[in-house]
Amino acid sequence: MSILINRNTRVIVQGITGDNGKFHTSQMLSYGTKVVGGVTPGKGGQSVEGVPVFNTVSEAVKKTDADASIIFVPARFAPDAILESADAGLRLIVVITEGIVPSDMLKVKYSLRGKNVRIIGPNCPGIITADECKIGIMPGYIHKKGKVGVISRSGTLTYEAVYQLTKLGIGETTCIGIGGDPVVGSTFLDLLELFNGDDETECVVMIGEIGGSAEEEAADYIAKHFRKPVVSFIAGATAPPEKRMGHAGAIISGRKSTAQSKMEYLRSKGIKVVENPSQIGDTVWEILKKK
Amino acid sequence: MKLHEYQAKQLFREYQIPVPDGQMAKSPEEAKDIALRLGGDKFVVKAQIHAGGRGKAGGVKVVSDAGEVFKAAQSIIGMRLVSKQTGPEGRLVKKILVERGADIKSEMYCAFLIDRSKERVSLIFSTAGGMDIEEVAEKFPDRIKKIPVDPVNGIQPYIARELVFSLGLNPNLSSSLYNLLSGMYRLFTEKDLSLVEINPLVLTASDELLAVDAKINVEENALFRQKALSEMRDPDEEDQRERMAHQYNLNYISLSGNIGCLVNGAGLAMATMDIIKYYGGEPANFLDVGGGANKQAITEGFKLILSDTRVRGILVNIFGGIVKCDVVAQSVIDAVREMGISVPLVVRLEGTNAEQAREIIKSSGIKLHYCQSMAEAAEQIVRLAIQ
Repeated sequence: MSILINRNTRVIVQGITGDNGKFHTSQMLSYGTKVVGGVTPGKGGQSVEGVPVFNTVSEAVKKTDADASIIFVPARFAPDAILESADAGLRLIVVITEGIVPSDMLKVKYSLRGKNVRIIGPNCPGIITADECKIGIMPGYIHKKGKVGVISRSGTLTYEAVYQLTKLGIGETTCIGIGGDPVVGSTFLDLLELFNGDDETECVVMIGEIGGSAEEEAADYIAKHFRKPVVSFIAGATAPPEKRMGHAGAIISGRKSTAQSKMEYLRSKGIKVVENPSQIGDTVWEILKKK
Repeated sequence: MKLHEYQAKQLFREYQIPVPDGQMAKSPEEAKDIALRLGGDKFVVKAQIHAGGRGKAGGVKVVSDAGEVFKAAQSIIGMRLVSKQTGPEGRLVKKILVERGADIKSEMYCAFLIDRSKERVSLIFSTAGGMDIEEVAEKFPDRIKKIPVDPVNGIQPYIARELVFSLGLNPNLSSSLYNLLSGMYRLFTEKDLSLVEINPLVLTASDELLAVDAKINVEENALFRQKALSEMRDPDEEDQRERMAHQYNLNYISLSGNIGCLVNGAGLAMATMDIIKYYGGEPANFLDVGGGANKQAITEGFKLILSDTRVRGILVNIFGGIVKCDVVAQSVIDAVREMGISVPLVVRLEGTNAEQAREIIKSSGIKLHYCQSMAEAAEQIVRLAIQ
């Protein structure tokens, strides 16, 4: 098993005719993802990498029976693209786009509350179920089917952790980059709930960073309800206050939301926190060995 | 993007949020003229810099006539203000705000911001003002209210009533507080702010609300649709290297250490700084050259890092996913050849084609240390930078 996506997931690409859309469509196809269609308004009827292009998401869904989408459209058009996908009935929307205005994202989430749709991102590398389906921009080959779920606010740092797991032969079930923005579609907490019900996932790696309190909220849930060990790394222990560290959401405001306070909180909830990012794989190894 | 207090107060006036009469000045003469025009026997002269703690640092003076305003302006303009928020190097004051002084009965706090965990714009209000709001939250939790705002209905009159009655304020304030709150909320949403804060929000001797301070942060991602606000940017208040980086689509932030880092991806860049510290070193900067890490990005990145003369070594940490390590290795070699880097250089490449990258670096004859593990790379650069 896995969470959210598997070999049967049918994906459309919004913004398929742009450079990124094109390139990653071919990458996803070669990983084995069922990319069944693409959407670029005004370019319906064309094809990209053998994938048919439609003018609207609703048309694409009708003709292809897609159930998920990945969004590459520029930031100012992305909220519209998300709402269009949700309206067309897609149940999973992965938003790669960086630079969406957080208050726009608030409105999107507000209008989609209570609906059966899950958003991953924005400003994220996407989601991958090892050896089955990749809806994102991560390098596929570093993943290997295995036992660990990965949830992260970061991109390349996630690859780093995943590659450590793969090289040790542990492997992953599903890996999700939830995005570096202050307002994201799915939080650590949302995804932990899903991993809790996934039999194949034996351990979860949670990669957080400075800013906000998503890690603390996840820790409260883990302490009360999560049945599997969690290993965590929090990036930004050396970050100065009041500076956005690349990600829009990675900013220490006030005395809370520092890496130190997060690590302390996570430890108090029984989570194994590693301070050396090159030790993530080894730490998981030790934990799984004891099981 | 931060605004100056005087800019924030201009916006306040547009939204009918009461502020003291006053104007920005760049010279003591201008300051005096403003005071004469304002009239009265109480003036406040305030340094305009993008940092808090101005009062304690000597950047705010209360005086009683135009002559004293001139003198206060003389002492503040041109001073290097060092507050707990400016860092030890302080900030050069080029502008001041001259205002009519208020008769203060009590000080409160009012702000709107995006509450990330509630996923709402939230109002924060407290009857303890003029101090650090986090301190208030710790010391007087019952004097602070946090109210998530409904995105459809916005601020309603009952919210002001709720505050007035639960915090023991004069019930007559309900309607002026409602006007203030709805003005602030409209300003926050219409101008795409990430923070609007009044600290202190003052109750005057004549029982009127008055924003004697004003703080506004504008959401960077929204500047494309806030042209008027983006013109309020003050380049003097920004780090020159950070601005340069911005032009090349790089993310650079100066730190106080001596080990430069060049990394692809923000999370990995932070983790690289952290691991340098873990092995006993001090990072000189945060630098995310983007997922691609092409030759131009790497060259410009090196230039930025080396413009900081404290740098005693550089760690390049690239995880090659879509971008291939051998291509990155060649870019690093080309950049080093072009620039002639004299400080020790450790290059860590992991991921796609890492083995080929090793070969390319070995056969290039360039003096640099190649590593595949992040820990090994960090240990090495710390050792080399200390030597």
